[in-house]
This record gives sequence, C-alpha cells and structure tokens, in this order.
Amino acid sequence: MSMSKGGMPIPGDYFTMGNFACVEGAILAGCRLYAGYPITPSSEIFERASVRFPQVGGNAIEMEDELGSMAALVGGSFAGAKVMTATSGPGFSLMMENIGLAYMMEAPCVLVNVQRAGPSTGVPTLVGQGDMMQAKWGSHGDLETIAYSPSSVQEFFDLTIQAFNSAEKFRTPVFVMADQVVGMMWEKLHIPPAEEIEVVDRQVMEPASKLDKEHPLFDYARDFLPMPIAGMGSRVNVDSLTHDSRGYPSTDHDVSEILNRHLMGKIKNHEKEIWRWEESNLDDAEVAVVSYGSAARSALAAVKNARAKGIKAGLLRLITPWPFPDEIVEKLSRKVSGLVVAEVNYGQMIHPVRENSRCPVVGANWAPGALIEPRAIVDAMQAVVAE
Amino acid sequence: MISPQVKTGGPVVKVQHHVNDEVIRPERLPNIWCPGCGIGIVVGAYVRAIQKSPIARDRQISISGIGCTGRVSGYLNLDSYHTTHGRAIAFATGMAVARPELEITVIAGDGDLGVIGGNHLIHAARRNVDLNVIMVNNFNYGMTGGQHGGTTPLGAKTHTSPYGNVETPFNIPYLVAAAGASFVARWTAMHVRQVTAAISRMMEVKGFAFMEVLSPCPPTFGEFNGYPDPLDMMNYFKDKAVVDNNADLSGIGVTTHPEDSVVVGNFVDRKRPSYQELLGDLRARVSAQGGAKK
Repeated sequence: MSMSKGGMPIPGDYFTMGNFACVEGAILAGCRLYAGYPITPSSEIFERASVRFPQVGGNAIEMEDELGSMAALVGGSFAGAKVMTATSGPGFSLMMENIGLAYMMEAPCVLVNVQRAGPSTGVPTLVGQGDMMQAKWGSHGDLETIAYSPSSVQEFFDLTIQAFNSAEKFRTPVFVMADQVVGMMWEKLHIPPAEEIEVVDRQVMEPASKLDKEHPLFDYARDFLPMPIAGMGSRVNVDSLTHDSRGYPSTDHDVSEILNRHLMGKIKNHEKEIWRWEESNLDDAEVAVVSYGSAARSALAAVKNARAKGIKAGLLRLITPWPFPDEIVEKLSRKVSGLVVAEVNYGQMIHPVRENSRCPVVGANWAPGALIEPRAIVDAMQAVVAE
Repeated sequence: MISPQVKTGGPVVKVQHHVNDEVIRPERLPNIWCPGCGIGIVVGAYVRAIQKSPIARDRQISISGIGCTGRVSGYLNLDSYHTTHGRAIAFATGMAVARPELEITVIAGDGDLGVIGGNHLIHAARRNVDLNVIMVNNFNYGMTGGQHGGTTPLGAKTHTSPYGNVETPFNIPYLVAAAGASFVARWTAMHVRQVTAAISRMMEVKGFAFMEVLSPCPPTFGEFNGYPDPLDMMNYFKDKAVVDNNADLSGIGVTTHPEDSVVVGNFVDRKRPSYQELLGDLRARVSAQGGAKK
C-alpha cells in the first residue's frame, strides 16, 4: 500500500523499512533539501528521498563526496530550507569538518547515521554502534551535541521529526544515530494525521533596515537567536572563524569565551527538556541494563530472560545519548547494585555511564557485525551482581 | 621587501566617503592584505560589477573559503559567508539549489578552489551550477606564510619547495572548460576593467561562470621568485599578457618565467542548461505526472 500516492505521506498504518520511514518523517517535518552521497547501509534513504522530495516540491541532490554534501547542507540551511543527509561511518568521518561549520554558524540540519560495523571500511552491510563517541567528539573543538537513537521503525520516523524540531529550535546540527538493523528492518509504521504532528520552525532575522542598530546583531546572552536567511536583506556576515556579536572575526579572549559559552550553553542549559529515555521493569530492579538503538531490543529480551531466572532486572533505554542524561543514570545507579551497558561496540557509552554512576558498571560488548545476544547481557548482569 | 621608492606621487588625502562604501563594510577596514597584494583590486572590480548590476543588492550573495582571498566576503556589505577551506563551492551549491533566485558569487584562492576544493570545482563545473566563481591565483599558500600548492609553477621556490617546486601546476581554465562550465576567463590584477567586465558578464551567464585572476603576492611568492617589489609582477603582467579569447586552452599554463607570455581572455561563453534549470524542469515534470516516475 502506497504511503503517499505521490504526494504528502498519507496517515495510516503501514509495513515498511526503517530507512523509508525516516524519509516520510523528514517530509512531514518540512525537509525539502537532501544532499547526499550513497553509502551502505543508508542508501535507501537517499534513493527514497530522490523519489519523494521532488514530489513535494523539494530537491534531493547528489554531491561529489560527504565533505561536499555536509557543506551543501549548511548552505541550503542558510537559504532557509530544512535540510538533511544520511550516511554511515566512513561518510560520517568525512562530514566532521562541516558538522563543525554547521555548529559554528548555527545552521539547523539533520544527519542520519545508519551505523555499520568496524573501523575504516569495516563491514558495510552489517550492524554496528561504533560512532556514538564520534557523534559527540568527532569534530574538533568543544561541541555540544544533540543525538537521538531509534530502536524501531516507528521510532526512526518519530525521532527524525523530533531531530528537525530540535535542529530548528537550537539552530544546530542534530544526529539521528540509527544502525543497520533499525535502518533495514521492516516493521509496522503508524503515520499520524499531519495536524497531530508538532513541527517547529526557526526564528528568522529581520532585514537590516528593520534591525535596531543599537542592539547587537547576535545577542549571545540569549540562547535562541533569529537566523539570518540569504536574500532577505539582513546583510549579515556568517563566519566559521570565532566571531563577535556583529559576526566579525576576532581573536579577543572575551569574544571567544562568549561565543563558545553561547554555543554550548544553548544546549546545556536546556538539556533536561531534550533528554528522552524509556524505563522498563526498573521499579523493583536490583540490576539494570543501559542500552540504546537496536541493542536495546536485545537488552529488553535479556531483562525478560533474567527475570525468568529470578534476577530482578530492568532496562534504561537512552533515546537521547547526547546530551547525556547524567542525572537519570546517577539516580538509577543509587537504586541498583550494578549496571550493565549493552552496546554493539567495544565500550563507548559505558564511559559517561561509569562517570555518573555510584555502583559497579560492566559492559556487554560484542561488535563483529551482529546484534549482541540476550544471553551475553544476562551473563554480564550476573557478573556485575557478583561484584 | 617592499621598496621605499614606491610613492603615490601626490599629497595624502583621507577619504571620508568612498564610492565603494555602500557595498563594503568600511568599519572593518583596514583589511588584512599585504601591501602589493592583488586581492583588493579584484574586490574593487567585484564591487563595481555589483553596483552596475540590475540585480537587487539583497539577492547578491558572497561566499568564500579560507585563506587570503577567503577573507573577501567578510568585507562586503552583503549576505556573506566565510566557510571552510575548499568547501565554498559545495556550500554555494546547497544554497543555490534551495534558492535559485540568488546571485551567488564564490570568491576564493587557488589553493582553496583548485587544490583542497578541486573536486567540488570540477563537479560544480560539470553540473553547470549557476554560480559565479572568482579564483584569485597568487601561486602559493599565502595566509600560512608561503608554501607551494597545485598552481605553483615548476621550479618556483617557496618554504616547502626550497630547492624548487617539482610538481607540474594545474592549468585551471583548461580544467574548468573541459569539465563543462558555461563561462571561463582568465585575467590578471593588472586588467582591472576586463576583470570588472568579466564579473558583470558572469552575473548574466546562466550556469557555471569561472574566472581566474592572476595576482602578485610580493612577500610570500614574489620575494623568492624574482618579483620582490609590489610592482614587479604587475609589470610582468603588463609586458607579457597576451589577450587571446580563442586560445587553445591546453597551452595556456602559467610559468611566471619573465620571458614567457601569460595568455588572458574570455575563453568560453556558451549556452548550456544550468543545474538549477534542470532541477526546476525535473520538479515540474514530476508535478505534472502526479508523482509518477515515468
């Protein structure tokens, strides 16, 4: 059954693929420019965007590499468009340069990373969660990051819309850290009526003639600033260099400090409203698993299996790995006797979990290109309880 | 070194208002460029072309990469963008696709556009993205203190080619023409009127319009290569420039050898559909077919 009949997504229930659901979510969020470069296992997103975006008056363009596609997103964002790309590890590495540009220029944009296995070219067709730290620390300099991690086809759709809303509100690049399993899985998708979907649009700066000359162009004391859009007469210099309240480059220490604090603060000061997580069986839990993305599906099965064995287990699923919900983890760590961090990598999100925990923390890690098995997570639970 | 003999020949007059002031940001002066640099001359030409253009000022957009020429956009009273090294054309492509009514000019250096951004340059020319691209070629990486790059002549000395450059430089007009651009020109900082006229034409051209402007760089290139004085390379351009609009582009590589000529001109000016036009046609076709793929 067609989800669109060649136009806007039609509300209803469908059986579809995660990568397709992502595109329908993006269209409903208002995205009309996709700039990409094909890469497994994200290519269905580009392919579907190439069919769907022109149907709704948008463009899906292919750039010469991921350096170019990320740069094109920032340019498109300053033209007023909601913009996105999708990639996987090697492409994500190439995008780091202009992710920094989007952060510095405060350009809303959405990057979907359908993570695959291993370093370098790795195993393109198999699952991994090895880019979680790169999302936070990959681009040079200090960056605050917003990232969502979907565990199902439905959530891939929902969180893509949420990612656009956060990008527009916070004027920053936002990541959807999916993975090969969630991207290529077929499941039920419910598309709600458009009027039930919240869509956030950026604030736009006035033309230069209407701006108060006495007021700083960029008032960095405020977290949310209107965005100058090209061609609307705001006549603003937008700079990748550290810049002052007029947008001009500066090496002044105070200028640096004000800008850096603004860029981090606008996210950090609102992290509690960004945090999203899901709790399962935590009320009486003595041991808890912290997991996210497709690995959280194994973790949920592990919790059920452990309970069948008499272990009081629960699950904290991180929907926003970044900004890291430190208080939520800290509170949980005071309640249980041990935490297991289950991820399809060799230990990444375990670091902020451990940093914020008051109980023993062990990792359940297996990343040869397959989902971690529930049995391995149960073993880790038994090990941490024994500590 | 800059020769103390160079004099303006008249009393120093402080200008309160300059005719270019409405297009530049006077509060940002003085600029960062060295005495004898050709970039300011190109900016002057760009400003005059904007003033002459019938295109609304608010639709004129300036985008730069990183480096000496990368600083141009920040001095212009337009919507201006100082992006990342090499990526100005890719940034501009995204903007141009999202808002085709903008008149976007990318102005950046040879290392930026022709080397680190070389892939974006050839593919934007191939797609024929409707952009104006002005590449100021000073034969070296000037901002970082003078290192050799993809346009440094064979044998030229820089801090990273102290025994003479062993790399054959790119002939960039030839490259961009071969890739498919609608318009390709080369002039020098000596050819102020021709540069201005070419920019005006580039604003009219539908499709990728590219101009290389050869520029002196006395402190980090000229100093080590026989053109130490600000006027030395200008005199070289004056003496050795040959205008040939119909030149065989395969033979117009620049050597900077004092005996070799420098071929300049408006080499290519042809009609090809622009990327934005083709994308617009595609959207119209899809809309007319109700979203069908046929």
